[in-house]
Amino acid sequence: MPDRYRTLTAFVSCAAPAALIVIVLTLLQQAAPAITHYGPAFLVRSAWNPVTLDFGALPYIYGTVLTSAFAIAIALPVGLAVSLFLAEPGAQGIRGAIGTGIELLAAIPSVVYGIWALYVLAPFSLHNLETPVTQHLGFIGFVSGPPRQTSFFTASLVLAIMVLPTLSAVSRDVIRAVPRGLRESSLALGATWWETTWRVVLPTARAGIFGATILALGRALGETIAVTMVIGNRDDIPRSIFSPGYTLASKIANEFSEATGSLYPSALVELGLVLILVTLTVNLIALLLVRSTQARMAA
Amino acid sequence: MNRTLWRRFKSNTALTAIYALTGLALVPLGLVLWYTILKGVPAVSHPEFFLNVERPVGIPGSGISHAIVGTATMVGLASLVAIPVGVISGIYMAEYGHARWATWVRLSSDVLVGAPSIALGLFAYAVLVVPLHHYSALSASAALSILMLPVVIRTTESAVGLIPGGLRESGLALGLPRWRVSLQLILPAAAPGVITGCLLAVARAAGETAPLLFTAFGNPLWSIDPTHAMSALPLIVFRDALTPYQELQDQAWGAALVLVSMVLVINLASRWVLRRQIRLAGQL
Repeated sequence: MPDRYRTLTAFVSCAAPAALIVIVLTLLQQAAPAITHYGPAFLVRSAWNPVTLDFGALPYIYGTVLTSAFAIAIALPVGLAVSLFLAEPGAQGIRGAIGTGIELLAAIPSVVYGIWALYVLAPFSLHNLETPVTQHLGFIGFVSGPPRQTSFFTASLVLAIMVLPTLSAVSRDVIRAVPRGLRESSLALGATWWETTWRVVLPTARAGIFGATILALGRALGETIAVTMVIGNRDDIPRSIFSPGYTLASKIANEFSEATGSLYPSALVELGLVLILVTLTVNLIALLLVRSTQARMAA
Repeated sequence: MNRTLWRRFKSNTALTAIYALTGLALVPLGLVLWYTILKGVPAVSHPEFFLNVERPVGIPGSGISHAIVGTATMVGLASLVAIPVGVISGIYMAEYGHARWATWVRLSSDVLVGAPSIALGLFAYAVLVVPLHHYSALSASAALSILMLPVVIRTTESAVGLIPGGLRESGLALGLPRWRVSLQLILPAAAPGVITGCLLAVARAAGETAPLLFTAFGNPLWSIDPTHAMSALPLIVFRDALTPYQELQDQAWGAALVLVSMVLVINLASRWVLRRQIRLAGQL
């Protein structure tokens, strides 16, 4: 007898894969006018003029990649430290409480990070980080002045805070999955805690930690509102990280509801299409990495 | 001897650094909460804030009641779709998890969690706003339900997975059909875990701004008609925070405080429910 219950539930469970496919296809269809009109050059040109309908995505791709990469560079050491702290045995009460605190960091809505970053973090970073750095190291183009409150740098800082929970929670699970025998053998041979961690635990968990980092990168790439509030909205590729800029997501957030005609909104949807395709690919790679590490260590 | 001391010193330094960095990671949590309370309390201490709708700058007595109702309406509508679909998908994956199809569902829901929320907004705009020719709360709910779906699926799957196989086998041994075993035996046992997933999904959806920007759009007036533009708490925070008016900025902080309290209460409640589930599953 065919299992009707199984067929029915299997049918309902189509929803998630179907949603994924339909979303990508819809965006593809909506972006079609811009794709056919501008061709692949859209991705490598630097232009945004709704009056002459001259569009190119390069500044936004640059901004998205720069802010996300910088955010990961800040979040990785901190997140790794947190995950090592959380994965250690003993004192489970305090570790549990701190773990909950870090996870609550993930629950705070993006827009709340945005308003906090705009009114608290941005002035702080201008006075205490950006200004001293530009004064002393301003001769290096990448950190040259004038410093601004709304900048790639501020956006990266808030992104780093926002991806920290993902990074540390996934790394913690991977580090916890490292077989106890390995750790104990190393300690029994007389290695210190740090030598065990650095030469045994971290190398074993390497692929999984890499996966966690990429997962966090995916979050950072797609983050919209908090970045939109502090990125500064400048259609350009500035030399310095302390300059205002733009990201793919914030360009869409700021302009889509005001875009008229057919090519202008379509170009914005193409930005969204680039964003979702990159994010989904990054996520897929990360998931496969994390899973293969956990499966290998379980074996 | 010297070398041993040096190695011990290195190890202790590293350990201290790790404690220090963990402390550093908690600083933003404290600061965000502290500033939201500090700046939000003046706004929320007037009862009109919860009773009135937005008023123009300069006119006292502005409130955000319409945004609270709007958020509740949109998240509620999204839950009506996302929760049943997500729970059934989750049950399917827990019951028939080894099927090849389940692997695909699992992978796609894990990937869907990471889909940028702004892209979901673009999707809902194309599918529901363009054909209807105007912004609507309904289109925002559609975007939010896609956002909630993977969260509900994965937590349902793990909650059902926690239930010991003995319970399922006893049901089947008594001659119950598979659907009655899973819906009347397994699901009630896993209910607290499933509720956790739903609460987390609701909290996530309530805080999202990006998918609402060009679907719900926002509305300064009282509206509970889901086919028309509607306001939401995150939209108030986003728009008012970026204005130069002190009153509106205060209103944004007030709305942020309401939003954060809502989300954190839901989150802590879901943790409490989950802890009960794990204890319960241990007793079965």
